[in-house]
Amino acid sequence: MSEQTSDLMLSTSHLTMKFGGLTAVSDFNLEIRKNEIVGLIGPNGAGKTTAFNVITGMYRPTEGRVLFTDRDITGLKPHSITSLGVARTFQNIRLFKEMSVLENVLVACHMSINTGIFGATLHLPGYRARESEARRFSMDLLGQVGLGHLAYEKGTSLPYGQQRRLEIVRALATKPKILLLDEPAAGMNPQESFGLMDFIRKIRDEFDLTIFLIEHHMQVVMGVCERMYVLDYGVTIAHGDPASIQKDPKVIEAYLGVD
Amino acid sequence: MNAVTQKKTIALPRNRLYSIIAIVAFILFAFIADRFFDAFTLRVFNLCAIYIVLALSLNLLNGFTGLFSLGHAGFMAVGAYVSALLTMSPQLKDMNYFLVPIVPWLHNVTIPFLPALIIAGLVAALVGFLIGAPVLRLRDDYLAIATLGFGEIIRVLITNAQPITNGAQGLKGLPRFSTTFAVWAVAGLMILFMVLLMRSSYGRAMKAVRDDELAAEAMGINVFRVKVTSFTVSSFWAGVGGALLGHMITTIDPKMFTFMLTFNILLIVVLGGIGSISGSVISAVVVTILMEALRFLDEPMNLVIFKTEGMPGLRMVVFSILLMVMIIYRQRGLMGNEEFSWDMLRGLFVKKGRKGGDHV
Repeated sequence: MSEQTSDLMLSTSHLTMKFGGLTAVSDFNLEIRKNEIVGLIGPNGAGKTTAFNVITGMYRPTEGRVLFTDRDITGLKPHSITSLGVARTFQNIRLFKEMSVLENVLVACHMSINTGIFGATLHLPGYRARESEARRFSMDLLGQVGLGHLAYEKGTSLPYGQQRRLEIVRALATKPKILLLDEPAAGMNPQESFGLMDFIRKIRDEFDLTIFLIEHHMQVVMGVCERMYVLDYGVTIAHGDPASIQKDPKVIEAYLGVD
Repeated sequence: MNAVTQKKTIALPRNRLYSIIAIVAFILFAFIADRFFDAFTLRVFNLCAIYIVLALSLNLLNGFTGLFSLGHAGFMAVGAYVSALLTMSPQLKDMNYFLVPIVPWLHNVTIPFLPALIIAGLVAALVGFLIGAPVLRLRDDYLAIATLGFGEIIRVLITNAQPITNGAQGLKGLPRFSTTFAVWAVAGLMILFMVLLMRSSYGRAMKAVRDDELAAEAMGINVFRVKVTSFTVSSFWAGVGGALLGHMITTIDPKMFTFMLTFNILLIVVLGGIGSISGSVISAVVVTILMEALRFLDEPMNLVIFKTEGMPGLRMVVFSILLMVMIIYRQRGLMGNEEFSWDMLRGLFVKKGRKGGDHV
């Protein structure tokens, strides 16, 4: 038991987010252990993305705390949270539209290049070494996910599925310990979605990651997630393994409605 | 396969060779200009350099970091005044401050131009930092309005700080330090600085903030710090540009640094291409020359069929039209956010006469 708690990667306790009179997420308690793939599902407007935004520091929660390993990250700025090892992607693809594929990934290395503006501008040796290291690292990363040959294309000129992949690669370049994916399969047909799920499993193993993902379509996540949480109107209505979730009457009710 | 690799290895040094030739040719041209041009033409030529510095510093903000700022003239004023006060001799200051005497601690300060220029930039940068830190929490239009306001506030402060700035009378007889060499050296330095900055990870961070703030933040970029840095650096160069301008015209007063000046620089940036270094450079040269070349429009004209009285400001109408045409037909400016390259120029010729370009 004690070993299990030391394994805890990301957890929230009594997390609540209110916008005026609307409670978008209420009393959300999450526990994700190392190397797990955990899903967050729920119908439209259930508060899934809000939960993500609170965890990654985009919003400050009304109540409750967010813990990363054993560190309290509640209310930290998004970039600080990223630098601790929590990376995320977005529901609507947010690539840097004027940049090449490689540059998109390199932006995520800015943190690790971490020299002052003068060193960087003057291309001092210290900066040069880190920049070329970052380039090598980014090219390797792109190669590993099969985007290497597209490194110099404009990011937004890639086909939709590859843009999604690029967004994930970009998040990987921040060297995260946990990766939060916001509807990675949005807009994909079932076949592409299943391909993506394989991809997610693959990067989990290759990069020793923990993954927390939002998905809208239950069928897609059933195969990949080991555990899942179900939100409806901000309330956690169920959590457990996919098989039990599928049978849960509350979940069926939330998804299909009840006469 | 051999042919392809060969072509590549040849193409690279050839482009570099062109660049070297172009730079050497330009330096030669500058020497000739300095020696043989009449005073007026030389002044326009040097004004181009100053506008290159100013346009690039505004483009750093508007084009590369995506911060729509309209307070540029304020930072130029700071630079111009700091440099003027640091370089003018005590006698000259006595002559200028005949209404209210200058504060004693400034009276006897006279330092050479180069340190004065750097201090002018640093003071402008400090002012930029102090204004930027609160103002950069705003976005888009609100940021534009706030910076516009601060630009005017600086001007009003200068007008009223009479013991320091000599108020509305301004300063006359500034040493004529902005020689051809000085202004073009600074312009060259500025271009080099921008190119290197934009190629560095900081430049990428700035462009990332411009393209998508939320995503940049999620990539671990301290968005606020990048914005403040960009604002401060831009203010530094605005101060340097302002100082150069002051030492060229040799007379400065607060009325010089109104919003109109910011607008002129913004015009250059928009025409040249928001987010293009070479676009700003080309546009700065073209607009500066046109500003002077079109001066005849302001004067009385006799076109046989009709005569016009002098209409001051008519030449600005030309720029307004130019701007409108640009916005309708080429929203992204002359260069968009591309940079000039020899290959691009070659492409232009090849398109014109398909075979003509081959031997290049």
